[in-house]
Amino acid sequence: MNRPVRKVAIACLVLFAALLVNANWLQVGEASDLKTQPTNGRQITERLERERGAIVAGDVEIARSLPSNDQYKFLRQYPAGTLYADVTGYYTLFTAAGLERSQDVFLSGDDDRLLASRVTGLFTNKQRRGGSVVTTILPAVQQAAAQALGDRKGAVVALDPSTGAVLAMVTSPSYDPSPLASHTEKTATSAYGVLSRDPAQPLLNRATQQTYPPGSTFKLITAAAALSQGRQPDDRVPAPDQLDLPLSTVRLPNFDGERCGDGETDTLIHALTISCNTAFAKLGIDLGAETLRKQAEAFGLNATFPDFPLQQARSVFPAKLDGAQTAQSAIGQYNVRVTPLQMAEVVAAIANGGTEMKPYLVSELRGPDKKTISRTNPKELGKPVSGDVAAELTTMMESVVTSGTGRKARIDGVSVAGKTGTAEHGTGEPPHAWFVGFAPSDAPKVAVAVLVEDGGGEVGTGGAIAAPVAKQVMQAALDTP
Amino acid sequence: MTRPPIPLPPLRRPRSADLTATFAGLPLPQGTNLPPYRRRELVLLVFAGVLATSALAALTFADIGELSLGIFSIGLGFFCLWALAHLAVRRFAPAADPVLLPVVVALNGLGLVMIYRLDLAKSEAAKQAGRHIPPGAAQVQLVWTLLAVVVFVLVLALVRDHRKLARYAYTAGLVGIVGLMLPIVPGIGTSINGARLWLRVGPFSFQPSEVSKIIILVFFAGYLESKRDVLSLASRSVLGVKLPRARDLGPVLVAWLASLGILVVQNDLGSSLLFFGMFMVVLYVATERASWFLVGFVLFMLGAVLAGTLFTHVQIRVDGWLHAFDGDNPSSTSYQLVQGLYGFAAGGITGTGLGEGHPQKVPFANTDFVMASLGEELGLTGVMAILTMYALIVLRGMRAALGAKDTFGKLLATGLSFTLALQVFVQVGGVMRLIPLTGLTLPFVSYGGSSIVANAAIIALLLRVSDSSRRAPEPASDAPLFDPGAVADSPTQVVKTT
Repeated sequence: MNRPVRKVAIACLVLFAALLVNANWLQVGEASDLKTQPTNGRQITERLERERGAIVAGDVEIARSLPSNDQYKFLRQYPAGTLYADVTGYYTLFTAAGLERSQDVFLSGDDDRLLASRVTGLFTNKQRRGGSVVTTILPAVQQAAAQALGDRKGAVVALDPSTGAVLAMVTSPSYDPSPLASHTEKTATSAYGVLSRDPAQPLLNRATQQTYPPGSTFKLITAAAALSQGRQPDDRVPAPDQLDLPLSTVRLPNFDGERCGDGETDTLIHALTISCNTAFAKLGIDLGAETLRKQAEAFGLNATFPDFPLQQARSVFPAKLDGAQTAQSAIGQYNVRVTPLQMAEVVAAIANGGTEMKPYLVSELRGPDKKTISRTNPKELGKPVSGDVAAELTTMMESVVTSGTGRKARIDGVSVAGKTGTAEHGTGEPPHAWFVGFAPSDAPKVAVAVLVEDGGGEVGTGGAIAAPVAKQVMQAALDTP
Repeated sequence: MTRPPIPLPPLRRPRSADLTATFAGLPLPQGTNLPPYRRRELVLLVFAGVLATSALAALTFADIGELSLGIFSIGLGFFCLWALAHLAVRRFAPAADPVLLPVVVALNGLGLVMIYRLDLAKSEAAKQAGRHIPPGAAQVQLVWTLLAVVVFVLVLALVRDHRKLARYAYTAGLVGIVGLMLPIVPGIGTSINGARLWLRVGPFSFQPSEVSKIIILVFFAGYLESKRDVLSLASRSVLGVKLPRARDLGPVLVAWLASLGILVVQNDLGSSLLFFGMFMVVLYVATERASWFLVGFVLFMLGAVLAGTLFTHVQIRVDGWLHAFDGDNPSSTSYQLVQGLYGFAAGGITGTGLGEGHPQKVPFANTDFVMASLGEELGLTGVMAILTMYALIVLRGMRAALGAKDTFGKLLATGLSFTLALQVFVQVGGVMRLIPLTGLTLPFVSYGGSSIVANAAIIALLLRVSDSSRRAPEPASDAPLFDPGAVADSPTQVVKTT
């Protein structure tokens, strides 16, 4: 009778083996799937029970977690309100955006680089803590940019041209991320509802997620293509009062019907200084769409910047252009669209002797003990123009600020290089006002791109509306030690 | 040539054997030396007590951040409670298996700590919501544990020889069936969560099917002991498979109908499965006929399909199992199952640590879903350890069955061990979504009085069978069968030595 007993015993072991296998499958194999199920409320609870790391700019904590006395242990706070919202993003019960989203693994303490502190936590029975993220943002520059832009819709990006570090990134209108982080589901959802329904789109990061027609600022790229092909700033190029567009009955005029040079030709440097449309449109046709596109792509258009921690829109230089479209594209109209970050990168590359640095926003990661865990090393993205061409472009851009459309960006005692843009879009709306530039032009410390959407509501040029903003941002950056 | 008898060296008696002898009710056979079973049991028991106390200490530390001496006195009290059971084993079953009791104590300790942990979460939630704090389940469970120890001692003391139970087989059958039917009686029966399984007396509710299970097993074992020859020999061959005669199928059909009855009347899928599985295994062991399994399996499938088509609560369970994550299921039929799975996933390999997870998010966290609670806070490591402990109990029970010298003991021990294994499988498998969820409790761990009392009785019976199998047979008399001296002096040369 022992034979069947043994068989029953083996059958029992099989049952237990099935349970053991199932437990392994459930708690190891399937665990990550289950954790990310939308109906799993544990994740929210778990992440709000840990002290999330801070996001830091300079020596200011721009996002931090403070102990709270409600159902969760820590509450996310943004002490500066709207000022850094487009950098930090927000962190709600259910989702996150901006750096809060892209750096979540590190901020929450799940990053493998925080393993050492996690192991000690295992023994001291302390909750896992997140590491902090140090940004490249300089609070003084950020503040100056926000102040200069005011409540006009638009974006300001300031870069260190030699490294690609983002010194300021302001977009307007912005929002206060603190109510979104509320632990009261109702408060958070209603705050989010108001922001997401607002037609002014405060949640949109206009510096990286929105593209605009670059207008005359694109002439820098057209000029770069021409100079790279051997033309000189003093070369005379055709600059008629009105340009007959190929295969079209449309005639392209100059801004306000102005005359460039002698009405027939103009020097390249003077055409840029006064932002002559016909000269650059004709130059574009002569260079050809392919050459323009190659130059634009060398600067980073038709792609996004790799590893940038915020969501980006792709800047576009269109494919397959006919003559008329090439002419319009050469002056930044037709379907050319760029983000303010892209334009800041273009001038930063010119400022940096033709070498474009990869833009970055996170300079350092620190453990919960504030010790540095990793530091970002600046990386070259490419060399869109040669050093000589960059120097020639710089000379031309200096002329724009000293005697051309960008005079309002002048800073006493500092040589400034820049280019204005007044980008028409649609009908009935005032044009977008642009200013891109850098200073000091002989040893650049800061490169900026300023965009004021619809000119801030007034009909005006980039030189009138955007240049003063750029001036204040550059001034703040130069004043920062 | 006569050799002087060489005196044998005195056998070294371990100290614990003296202690055992002091408590032993039955005289130990002279000269036979028991291994120090009870000392081993005591050492393991101390270990189980330390385990439970450490778990409580870890929980308290996680909850309030400091430790007090109170924890150790609670731990000591818990140990002393089960030490009573240990003393009873020393007295009434000194040769019994030393592993069974400590493993049970370890499981019970972990269960109590988890129930207490869920109490803390409940009172915390009540405090925050401003409601009044609900009474703790852990205290009630502790009272039930005390009662379980009393029942354990009583079973060991009253059932000195398990073979005598076979005499009451038919009485047991009747009592068992009546016990099963009690909850249907209006007035004393209560429905909890849709299943009519409980008797309610004051604040305590009791599930008689837990106890009936054992009593009916006694009937099965007694009945099959007397009928096994008929059942195993007489058979017909159909299509090369030897099938039992139709008239011998009677008891199988009765068992099948009874289990279906439980399902229909009491809405209890789990107990139904448990009864039928238990009967089939005892039948198989008694007859050594695998063909019974075939019959049983066909009947079971038939019953399952019938239940699946006829009863909505079965359909709901199966649907919740198959489509746990589909559509609106997480918010309806499979909500608790899915929450339990999230608990397991949150635990991962090492678990969150006692008091650090959120097992209270799962409904019925301290009864049906206690394994999910343990899985979350103790992790895969804890789950595997707990499952291994159950496997250990089952295998030790099977070992008692193998060693039993009588048919009834074999059937009883096999049936009890298998029932325990099947219950753990159906319970944990249901919570882990291996099989459809049924409402069974996790033995020794789940909150619930009837479960722990009945399971304590099961362990007592297994110890009883184990004790009888490990006792050396008593020698007939002290006189030697022959006198060696007489042989040596006899003229016949028995062994030529030179």
